[in-house]
Amino acid sequence: MTGLILHDLTVQHGRHPAVHHVSGQFAPGSLTAVTGPNGAGKTTLLRAIAGLHPVGGGRIEGAGQVALLPQGAALDRSFPLGCLEVVALGQVAERGVFRPIGPDRAHAALEAVGLAGFERRPVGTLSAGQFQRVLFARLMVQDAPVLLLDEPFNAVDARTEADLLAIVHGWQAAGRTVIAVLHDLELVRARFPQTLLLARHVVAWGPTDQVLTPEALTRARLNAEAWVDDAVVCRAAA
Amino acid sequence: MPDFLSEPFALGFMRRALAGCIALSLAGPPLGVVLVLRRMSLMSDVLQHGILPGVALGAMAAGLSVWAMGLGGFLAGLAVALLAGSLARATGGKEDSQLAGVYLVALALGVVIVSRSQGIDLQHLLFGSVLAVDDSALLLMAGVATVALPALALIWRPLVLDSFDPESQPHGARWHLVFLALVVLCVVGGFTALGTLMSVGLMMLPAVAARHWSSGIAGQVRASVAIAGAASVLGLLGAYHLDLPAGPAIVLAAGALWVGSLVAGPQESLVQRWLRRPHLSG
Repeated sequence: MTGLILHDLTVQHGRHPAVHHVSGQFAPGSLTAVTGPNGAGKTTLLRAIAGLHPVGGGRIEGAGQVALLPQGAALDRSFPLGCLEVVALGQVAERGVFRPIGPDRAHAALEAVGLAGFERRPVGTLSAGQFQRVLFARLMVQDAPVLLLDEPFNAVDARTEADLLAIVHGWQAAGRTVIAVLHDLELVRARFPQTLLLARHVVAWGPTDQVLTPEALTRARLNAEAWVDDAVVCRAAA
Repeated sequence: MPDFLSEPFALGFMRRALAGCIALSLAGPPLGVVLVLRRMSLMSDVLQHGILPGVALGAMAAGLSVWAMGLGGFLAGLAVALLAGSLARATGGKEDSQLAGVYLVALALGVVIVSRSQGIDLQHLLFGSVLAVDDSALLLMAGVATVALPALALIWRPLVLDSFDPESQPHGARWHLVFLALVVLCVVGGFTALGTLMSVGLMMLPAVAARHWSSGIAGQVRASVAIAGAASVLGLLGAYHLDLPAGPAIVLAAGALWVGSLVAGPQESLVQRWLRRPHLSG
């Protein structure tokens, strides 16, 4: 069983911290929502954990096997690939450039997200909800013990959200550690046992009902906008 | 085989030209397809002009040796690609504006170097001479294809992933650089035949045309290679029968195939748009 432990983690854009001095643990098999205002550093934190953004300070323990679901908008949906090909690309990191990528796992994943029969459909012809299902299938074939989801339910309808949410809970039930960036606080309260409230540092982290207090949310909103060009050197860093 | 097809290729220099062009047709178009998909079509243009100073310096250092010119061109092309990218990152601004600056300087520098040195024909470097392909030029083209095609196959998976989902791999930039090096290699392979002004004609025109033949990337790669091969044959036939300069004839043939694909290809062509067939029920 793998969890994820952050030790005094700082991730920067230039000299400005996107998030700084984050310490804490995502317990093995836990389901955590990461929430906070725009610019709070949620996406950057996830990308750092996935090894896609350099770590400025501190360290991440257990980041060996994570898989990231990116925000759908970052991808080129006009690219001439079929659904099965996109899902199979999830295995590139594991299979490398030589070893064959059999279609079985990709087929099974497409079926699991409700897209059986869509194997040859070009991704450019999919609806936003179907495309998000394809990205979920791509995440599945990576078979990682820690899953990072960046705004997984953005721009999808209620039924797709319900289906995808069921998949997320299925992952947790199977013992995977799931961390999801979310903005919908009602959803977080209803379905996510743990919450990390972020505003470029940890405002609160723990059981959701203890984290999402009105007082903590106000503090988060005020802190996220503190990007100033003449900011002094962070005291914890000096 | 009818005479008008077989007669030209009874000549040794025509067969050499065809062999060289087929090599270019195998190596270049698949790279061109990826350039198009990465929205970098004009990069090929920049690189073919950018190699001129290197080619000229190579010619000055070792006479008109294809290998010296090829090596010089390869290094100059890499320098242009890396310089524009790193200048954009170091000083802000957009990479395409830096590219425009770098390649204009490179092209002018190349022309100055050539005109200051004795015995190098600028026309030959700018326009190539596909009918004067000698053994070493043929070896260069075949060598380029031999390296570029398997190398592209090797980086195919991570490169396609990086093009589709640019932020998905920790070292995505690495594949981009290897890919650019392969493009430079093919540009260098093409310049002896087509010159530094049209070197990428067999790479880009078939790649742009291929979009109208398949909605999948693999199909587009196959279509682009087929179109480039057809353009090579048609261009050389046209050059022989109509007494046209061979390099431009090949590029024009590729251009004609592109226009034909654009108008009447099975995917997203003008005809497909004009047909206005009744829509389906589901």
